[in-house]
Amino acid sequence: MQLKPLARSLAAALSIVVIAGCSSTGGTQDGDSYGSQDGSTTGSSTSGTGTGSQYGSSSGSGSSSGQQADSRIPEVRTIYFDYDRDTIKSEYESVVMSHARYLRANPSAQVVLHGHTDERGTREYNMALGERRANAVERFLNIQGVSPSQMSVVSYGEERPAVNGQDESAYSQNRRVVFNY
Amino acid sequence: MQSLSKVWLFCVLLLVNTVASADLTIEITRGSDQALPIGVVPFAGSDGMPEDVAQIVQDDLERSGYFDPLERSAMFEQPNQSEDVQFDTWRSLDVRYLVVGRAEQTNGGFEIQFELMDISGQRRMIGETVTVRGNDLRGAAHYISDQIFEAITDIRGAFSTKIAYVTAQGIGDNMQFGLYVADADGRRSEQVLTSDEPIMSPAWSPDGTKLAYVSFETERPAIYIQDVATGQRIKATSFDGINGAPAWSPDGRRIAMSLSKDGQPEIYIMDVANRSVERITNNNSIDTEPAWSPDGRRLLFTSDRSGGPQLYQYSMGGGEAERLTFTGNYNARGRYSPDGEQIFLIHRSSNGYQVAKQDLSGNRLVVLSESTRDESPSVAPNGTMVIFATQQGNSGVLSAVSADGRSSFRLPSAQGDVRDPAWSPFLN
Repeated sequence: MQLKPLARSLAAALSIVVIAGCSSTGGTQDGDSYGSQDGSTTGSSTSGTGTGSQYGSSSGSGSSSGQQADSRIPEVRTIYFDYDRDTIKSEYESVVMSHARYLRANPSAQVVLHGHTDERGTREYNMALGERRANAVERFLNIQGVSPSQMSVVSYGEERPAVNGQDESAYSQNRRVVFNY
Repeated sequence: MQSLSKVWLFCVLLLVNTVASADLTIEITRGSDQALPIGVVPFAGSDGMPEDVAQIVQDDLERSGYFDPLERSAMFEQPNQSEDVQFDTWRSLDVRYLVVGRAEQTNGGFEIQFELMDISGQRRMIGETVTVRGNDLRGAAHYISDQIFEAITDIRGAFSTKIAYVTAQGIGDNMQFGLYVADADGRRSEQVLTSDEPIMSPAWSPDGTKLAYVSFETERPAIYIQDVATGQRIKATSFDGINGAPAWSPDGRRIAMSLSKDGQPEIYIMDVANRSVERITNNNSIDTEPAWSPDGRRLLFTSDRSGGPQLYQYSMGGGEAERLTFTGNYNARGRYSPDGEQIFLIHRSSNGYQVAKQDLSGNRLVVLSESTRDESPSVAPNGTMVIFATQQGNSGVLSAVSADGRSSFRLPSAQGDVRDPAWSPFLN
């Protein structure tokens, strides 16, 4: 038996910034894909792992953006994903980079990455897909020099939708990873 | 035939259910064209009793899909014992079976006598006097339904079983989740757990006394085991990552589950006594949603090792898991039939996500449901029905379809979403 104490504190008040108009720009690369089923999926369906590796810009990138900016938790704390994908879309790379800068500048800061899916498909399988998304963000942050000890991942699968509804507009707002400090 | 007496134990409910509206109601959505015509005559003496036992029996039989009950208004005779049944009368109404009975209040309870008649055979099939202690008339009615169902179909009735399910209300950061246990007809719901964090995947122990489930109440997933009657519980696993999809072995000594503590989700088996876990699957993909075969020798699970989710079967004692599903690119959340010869699952077709079944002896997959956003199939212990979660409008509701796909019913809830149903084993 292994009971892990809950040691993570959620200090900052949670303010989820919903980014309007989730663009349909395809991901810059392919993550694991499960056979595209609807039109929202773009890009080819090469399967593979290691989504983070191509983001391997030097760990110093972005550090010149100023100490002031890095002393505050970035305001945008949610990024969105394509259907059945865990690829970080190019339009959200700057968001993840801003969190990387903050976490590097504040080694005592802790982030819990919450992975979410839309409601389609089975609940426990979605739990696994939500974890893949959060893991992809964790890998990205790690490559950007964030210490693994500052990060943890919790998948909520489809259990905590951000919005109700059974259309692509709702689904696209629910497929997300949220940075919780 | 002999008349048996059955004593109904009166359970004192210390916890008054404050959320009575969590009860579910029944709507028959599809009747089978092969349903047997039956008449359930109102039981004499039941006027003024807290429950209409004959009506509950009639509803049970209709919901099963095996029976097409005659409306009460068509019964121009209402006998209450076999001696008074005029076979010609009922034959003219095209009734093949007839249930008659009478009820009376006794010291501390009720006594119900019922008899089942075969109209075409002009004979009494069974009869029994049921003693009810306290107010458990619904329990007595379900017991009577079980006896009638088995006498006619040769299949054990599952009307006295329970369902567990999860409710959810609200959105985003403001959500309320509840875990409930209700009668198989959705009535007499009782809250087992409430939380403002998700509750998932309830699973009955094979003796029907405990539920294993996933709760996020510590802001991350953990598997708990709770005694349904006492409410006492333990935290069984809370490893890093996913602690999900608990499934009891048929002997009740082990729980299969999905854990991602070593990377991606893999199937593990936990020894309930000492809570040690043994890893079963080992690959670079998602492995989740395990289910035990009735003989305890095989595990069915979902894996995306081939690209998308498909069902695989692992045989205890090693070897590679064998892929079972090949129709379409999404087959998940499999459950064995009680005879272990079929699996029920969620299949994605061009229509959406639907409940389907597949014989283990062949690869042919048959879609059973007409709804298109289905999840979480759970099989009745007698194998006649599959309960599952689906969407009605914008609400999550429970629905059930017969194993042959011929009949179905829905269990709408008065409020919120209802999901993740788990049909209990036989409880008596």
